[in-house]
Amino acid sequence: MRRGRFTGYWLMLPATLWLGLFFVIPFYSLLATSLFDPKGSVLTGYSVDYRIANFVDALDQFWEPLLRSLWYAGVATAICLVLGYVLAYAIAFKAGRWRNLLLVLVIAPFFTSFLVRTLSWKLILADDGFVVNTLQFLHLLGDDGRLLATPVAVIAGLVYNFLPFMVLPLYASLEKIDGRLVEAASDLYASPARGFLKVTLPLSKPGVVAGTLLTFIPAAGDYINAALLGSPNQRMVGNVIQNLFTSTGDYATAGALSVILMAIIVAMVMVYIRTAGTEDLV
Amino acid sequence: MSGLQRAGRWVGEHLVLAAGLLVLVYMFVPIAVVMLMSFNDNSKSRNVYAFRDFTWSNWANPCRPDGMCEAVVRSIEIGLLATIVATLIGSLAAFALVRHDFVGRSVANTVIFLPMASPEIVMGSSLLALFVAGGFGGRLGFVTIFIAHVMFCLSFVIVTVKARLSGLDENLEQAAMDLYASEWTTFWRVTFPLVFPGIAAAALLSFSLSFDDFIITNLNAGQTVTFPMFVWGVSQRGIPMQVNVVGTVMFLVSLLIVVSNMLATRRRAPAA
Repeated sequence: MRRGRFTGYWLMLPATLWLGLFFVIPFYSLLATSLFDPKGSVLTGYSVDYRIANFVDALDQFWEPLLRSLWYAGVATAICLVLGYVLAYAIAFKAGRWRNLLLVLVIAPFFTSFLVRTLSWKLILADDGFVVNTLQFLHLLGDDGRLLATPVAVIAGLVYNFLPFMVLPLYASLEKIDGRLVEAASDLYASPARGFLKVTLPLSKPGVVAGTLLTFIPAAGDYINAALLGSPNQRMVGNVIQNLFTSTGDYATAGALSVILMAIIVAMVMVYIRTAGTEDLV
Repeated sequence: MSGLQRAGRWVGEHLVLAAGLLVLVYMFVPIAVVMLMSFNDNSKSRNVYAFRDFTWSNWANPCRPDGMCEAVVRSIEIGLLATIVATLIGSLAAFALVRHDFVGRSVANTVIFLPMASPEIVMGSSLLALFVAGGFGGRLGFVTIFIAHVMFCLSFVIVTVKARLSGLDENLEQAAMDLYASEWTTFWRVTFPLVFPGIAAAALLSFSLSFDDFIITNLNAGQTVTFPMFVWGVSQRGIPMQVNVVGTVMFLVSLLIVVSNMLATRRRAPAA
């Protein structure tokens, strides 16, 4: 902490301007858009007369995809938590000198385009594919059953695409745990399972909180998985917003839905952080 | 030790590692499929979701699908430009946040996390709302995509560089100053080389975020087509197998960069 009194401000200025102009102010624009009178159009112009009813209309029409988004994202986050915890734990405590290599491997699949990877899931889950045939052979799936265009496919895609967002924060917090604490637990006759539940798990809580947020939030807004792996029956709120903006041109309803999604997420995040109780997040 | 405990320990030692590796394998299955399909000859088939025959032709003629290579080049251009700007102004901000005390620093620290914690669809639609309100609705394209990409890369750059900077021992700079190095010399000879790996990592991250983004780009692109938008467009019809060639190349190139970077840092710091 030294040098000129104003150097800090100068260094911050470009980034502040960019985020202010293109991140903070747009939220105001979105809010204004969500209050447009939908009777206007892009061509004839909108009148901003603060039509709160847009929100009611949007919810009335699209409560189903909205709830579905939260539900799919919640299920995907829970599965990610289980898979991600196992992987992060294995890397942090069992991988020895292979740690760094394994960490690179965790992010490596993400060097390939999100869309290309998701399309390859389409192939893996295809109707006559290996996975479906195996499940049918094991009678886990009916003979005319399928995975594509079902919630299972969409959730599988979400789990796959957002898993690293869970693994990395979990690893970061597991790696910090002092191994001697776990040893001490076992010296005090705690079984490995008990040692895990009473020592490791509580100490990894910041990672669990950060990981679930980083997985849930993008998953709730995603529409690529629902569009490529699901059918119109699985459409999520992202698909609706995207469609309203680019095809229908109904900016007011699209804006209202975006605002609602953001509000729900902010509310959930606040409740979650309060109950999970973590000061180390930011 | 009871049998139960021994069983528990064995499970802890082996089963967890095996399960972890299994999760890792699961993450690679789609990549393997992408690589395999890049050698797929589906010219005689309507079904683009099945492997027909082996061929090298997709690799020999990667640019055959109309507009694909143009889209790849455009994505690279936008990615490079956005990376340069985001890395530059993000690194400056990271220095300010770690090394300078100023009013509003904690607010700034919080605001920086928000873009990472907002769903892309909300960021994309709010930016579109701004452009439309500002009368740029008909002129969406390269510039608006660039603006959006710098915006969402910035936070990641700041966080990455900040992490590197705060792990840096300030005594090293102090020592340089004690040896009569000027502030400027200290920065370029001591601070910058030490922070550089963080800046490089941030730049790599920015480029891959920018190259891969679909949701925000699609809302703010107008008629301009980037590679993810090209893939989206063809996914409704039949996917040309060359898309898998691009996917495979992306994967191999980035893996090469990351692994060589890993080896280089290991050689430089054998003790760590």
